[in-house]
Amino acid sequence: MSEQTHETEHAAESGGHSADPHGAAENHTEESALHIEKWEGIWIRIAVGMTVVFIVAITIAALSFGITVPGATARINPTTLNQEGNPFATPGVRELAPGKYEVYMVAQTWNFVPDRIEVPVGSEVTFYLTARDVIHGVKFAETNVNMMALPGQVSTLKATFDKPGTYNYICHEYCGYVAGAPIGHHTMYGQLIVLPANETAQATTE
Amino acid sequence: MSVQALSGADVKATPQSPPLTAEHLKLVDRVAGWNILVGVLALSIGALLGVFQGLEHARVIDIYPWLQPVIKTYYQGLTLHGALNAVVWTTFFICGFFTFAFVRSLNRPLKYPKLSVIAFFVMLAGLIIAAVPMLMNNATVLYTFYPPLMADWAFYVGLTLLVVGSWIVGYSMYFTYYAWRKENPEVRAPFIALASTITMVLWQIATLGVAAEILFLILPNAFAPVFGYTAPGLDPLLSRTLFWWFGHPLVYFWLLPAYVSWYAMLPAQTNGKMFSEPLARLVFWLFLLFSTPVGFHHQYADPGIPEIWKYIHMLFTFGVGFPSLITAFTVVASLEIGARARGGKGYLRWIGRLNWGDPSYAAQNLAMILFIFGGIGGIINASYNVNMATHNTMWVPGHFHLTVGSASTLTFFGITYWLVPKLTNRKLFTPKLALAQAWTWFFGMLFFSNAYHTLGLVFSVPRRTMLGQAPYYSEQWNLQMMESVLGLAFLTISATLYFAIMLFTWILPRKLDKPIEMPVAQPLDPKPAPKWLDTWWPWLNGAIALVILSYGPMLFQLIRDAEFWSRGIRVW
Repeated sequence: MSEQTHETEHAAESGGHSADPHGAAENHTEESALHIEKWEGIWIRIAVGMTVVFIVAITIAALSFGITVPGATARINPTTLNQEGNPFATPGVRELAPGKYEVYMVAQTWNFVPDRIEVPVGSEVTFYLTARDVIHGVKFAETNVNMMALPGQVSTLKATFDKPGTYNYICHEYCGYVAGAPIGHHTMYGQLIVLPANETAQATTE
Repeated sequence: MSVQALSGADVKATPQSPPLTAEHLKLVDRVAGWNILVGVLALSIGALLGVFQGLEHARVIDIYPWLQPVIKTYYQGLTLHGALNAVVWTTFFICGFFTFAFVRSLNRPLKYPKLSVIAFFVMLAGLIIAAVPMLMNNATVLYTFYPPLMADWAFYVGLTLLVVGSWIVGYSMYFTYYAWRKENPEVRAPFIALASTITMVLWQIATLGVAAEILFLILPNAFAPVFGYTAPGLDPLLSRTLFWWFGHPLVYFWLLPAYVSWYAMLPAQTNGKMFSEPLARLVFWLFLLFSTPVGFHHQYADPGIPEIWKYIHMLFTFGVGFPSLITAFTVVASLEIGARARGGKGYLRWIGRLNWGDPSYAAQNLAMILFIFGGIGGIINASYNVNMATHNTMWVPGHFHLTVGSASTLTFFGITYWLVPKLTNRKLFTPKLALAQAWTWFFGMLFFSNAYHTLGLVFSVPRRTMLGQAPYYSEQWNLQMMESVLGLAFLTISATLYFAIMLFTWILPRKLDKPIEMPVAQPLDPKPAPKWLDTWWPWLNGAIALVILSYGPMLFQLIRDAEFWSRGIRVW
């Protein structure tokens, strides 16, 4: 893979001594230390400092504010999603406690099930997402809920929705299409409706 | 590995390098020229398809009904756009450029010149084999080809050959480097030769991931319908993980050839010197160390990978950002030396004295400016939880059109402005047009990428989507869509100019007045770099160790627990 693995001795081909057109790079050497110019050194310190600050900020955001990414939750055989007892056989919104919801969602060509979710404002929602066929992905517009959906895996994220409104959740990984028909990856989306406080009474019909 | 043998215990037996003859250079230049020709042709098709996509996104025109039966759909065009631009153009150009520059920098003929010829034809065969299913709409899986999407087998076999061909280009360089080292045990390797060899070794390590994915997971499934056996199935997460082992160092394979030019050629094109040659070597070694153990930062949003591994890869990703931060200082300092030698004064006024009249120089300097924004965007993408705001949105194409689409591509344009005249012995047609080309690309990408970044970050608009047909298309996007079309207008002019310049430079009988030599910047400090910056084993072994540490445990687990539940599907 590298030049060291090649063990053939170079044959003593005679030939003109190679004159060096590029000068200094080929001077014979005594050992020298890496010399770093003053302003270069200052810049390197700034670069290291910036990198450390970024990492610390990210770490604090993840640990203290819970702004995090999906992890390893569970695996599920995509061919069994319809079987009885499988939580993805009846995807939808479930209320766990007042203000706490879970959403089981299946991404498939070319829709999300469910494609409409209603929760009251201020709800904490835990999403469980898997894919039935190929890879999909979803981002809830204007939020940080962003997950890939892989066949065989369950993606999980928790989010709190503090602003009433309608948020699209759109498939963001290419997943095919039907040629000549208005259906495919670009038509795959759903809507999350965060209901204002006074309408929460009739919410959670599912 | 007998690395110690390199330290020259038997100096007396040292053979001398054979001379670099005009005959040999003729062969090298011919191979380089073929590579660049194929690369530019691929880009001409890929770029055109990009314009169609941009116009579709902005609902200016849905051109696909008129492209029948050549291009059947948006997504087929998108597959071709990604494969031709990001894989074919870059790989062929880089192999041609490196073959040309490596031999001259080392001042030694290739040990096995036929290897470079074979490499080119293997790559070309791969390209043709992969192009057939892509053009027949049988491989509309985009250039990342995530299974269970399953293309025709020829697509994967073709891509594999293309990569294997590029490996052979590397082997040709390693054998030559090794022979040279035997002949010159106590001499520092010339910078360009060393840096290009490091880049090829990095590429070799990177492509092992995608090679494993194709050989062990995809081909057994893709061949099933051909030979009529039952497909064994595959594990999508394992497949994705192997892809991203390759997918991120891929971007350094695109970027480092540009760095070779920025560090070691561009200063000479504006009367400058390499500000800190040893540090430039350190930068390349750091890329070798850190470019692969970073792949999970493309999988932050993936299930099935524990947060801790994503976090560890984030740390390495910041590690690989660091040499680019050094580069920002060192390259600019090298150019400043040139500007001051040309009479530049003041804290910033010297910038005006850079060699802006030379299109080769101007294109590359403009590429650097765009890369500042590309680099900042990259740090944002790398930032773990911040990535959740941008992952798979239009922000991402906005980002990589500044990096591979500008930092690399515009630099490669600049390189061809001296290299193609050199290879064809023809005058550039014309320097003024080439300057216009560089500036229109600069402004085009500025508008285009700004628009796409905003669409992704503010409106969560998804990438890789036939947006014009989307039911969720929003009028809120109009301003950015208009800006992107403005960028596209500039880019269309720029690309047209580029291909016209290449064509007319090549075919018009305007012989060069005086021969062109490869620009090589001299180090400011003639003291040679310390030996540890010219020694392979710590860096190479370190790189391998980091790959094992960062991927080993997680890959072991993914392979041990692999479930081949998914079957390859064609959903287009």
